[in-house]
Amino acid sequence: MSVAIIDYGSGNLRSAAKAFEHVCDDQVLVTSDPSAVRAASHIVLPGVGAFADCRKGLAAVAGMEETLHEVVIEGGRPFLGICVGMQLMASVGEEFGETAGLDWIRGRIKAIEPADPALKIPHMGWNELHGLHDHAVLDGIDHGAYAYFVHSFHFVPDSNDHLLATVDYGGNLTAAIGRDNMVGTQFHPEKSQATGLRLIENFIKWKP
Amino acid sequence: MLTTRIIPCLDVKDGRVVKGVNFVDLVDAGDPVEQAKVYDAAGADELTFLDITASSDNRDTIYDVVARTAEQVFMPLTVGGGVRTVEDIRKLLLAGADKASIMTAAVHNPDFVKEAAERFGSQCIVVALDAKTVAPGKWEIFTHGGRNPTGIDAVGWAKRMVELGAGELLLTSMDRDGTKQGFNLELTRAVSDAVSVPVIASGGVGTLDHLVEGVTEGHASAVLAASIFHFGEYTIAEAKAHMAAAGVKIRPVQTA
Repeated sequence: MSVAIIDYGSGNLRSAAKAFEHVCDDQVLVTSDPSAVRAASHIVLPGVGAFADCRKGLAAVAGMEETLHEVVIEGGRPFLGICVGMQLMASVGEEFGETAGLDWIRGRIKAIEPADPALKIPHMGWNELHGLHDHAVLDGIDHGAYAYFVHSFHFVPDSNDHLLATVDYGGNLTAAIGRDNMVGTQFHPEKSQATGLRLIENFIKWKP
Repeated sequence: MLTTRIIPCLDVKDGRVVKGVNFVDLVDAGDPVEQAKVYDAAGADELTFLDITASSDNRDTIYDVVARTAEQVFMPLTVGGGVRTVEDIRKLLLAGADKASIMTAAVHNPDFVKEAAERFGSQCIVVALDAKTVAPGKWEIFTHGGRNPTGIDAVGWAKRMVELGAGELLLTSMDRDGTKQGFNLELTRAVSDAVSVPVIASGGVGTLDHLVEGVTEGHASAVLAASIFHFGEYTIAEAKAHMAAAGVKIRPVQTA
């Protein structure tokens, strides 16, 4: 068992790696090497910043998108996308113009437009998870558990069948999404204390 | 519903806490990591380190502190103090910080905020504003702990920083800092209402009611405090219970 956290120039990778190292004895690699990703049993795509930049960053790593397709889509290996890493699973992102996503889960990444104009953007801080689905990666996480969010855009899936959890911020937003061997969280499990560590632990043990 | 964050701030100098939790049971009370763990267990929502290291020889100590903290504490960590270049921010993020707080460097070169936000994303760029009352309803940005006036209007500056890409503002009232008289609510409200991003209120907290007022009257999204927590006057749990009783939505302290 080993975890590959994909380094494509985005985000606080150390912070994510530390959380994985904390809950598992397996090797945790922060890597931009497709062969290391191919060798890993679990794959994590983190991401902070803007959708278009992240997509560009990922595309700039030679062979990485092809490798992801090979191991995640064809190989069925457990995959976790975090924040923009989760948003990249969508068909299209609307941040700074339209950018194609990986199109693993049909849907669009749209700006949060809360009904109450007094609500601040980004949606930043601890908020409750609702509508939790029965899913191995969410095992032991209760309805109303708090997770740490920071985002201005959100995943609007074409089908609610892929929604695993929601969060209320001037309306329901996608908090977690998934299908088959892939899951994605809008919140940061690596920053969500006990709830987040539980999710990471579940993911490591997950055998989809 | 999104909850109001309570953020303890630790002053770190040469890798050691100079203003921190006054708990006798810590093995090494001067170790920022020990203190971070205390606050993590106590239910703090985020943590801020303010690096007040003066000597450039010891600047790198903060990276080691951040790295050791990130190994043990799994909540958002912001580091401020001496953040002057994109490289400084990159080193903090690589060490395990989640956000970097920029102050003086933004005053000297506002475009640094834009450069930083474009490189790392707005979500990890906090701009710190130290503001002082210069006339009724008028506040000016100061640097160097409130000693150096800049002639910059605080509310206008706040808006400009957000336009340049700041994802969050840390607003400190230099009139109130250390006075325990409560936040400057008029200033906090003026800034919070003027910008779209979250504002963290800071400076002057002496009672738990002050924390409540920062949110209900100051319209802040988060409250930062140092001394009321460090010296054991109140715990994070007491602060949260008090805020909840006053109708402020908080994340309950989880007992592990």
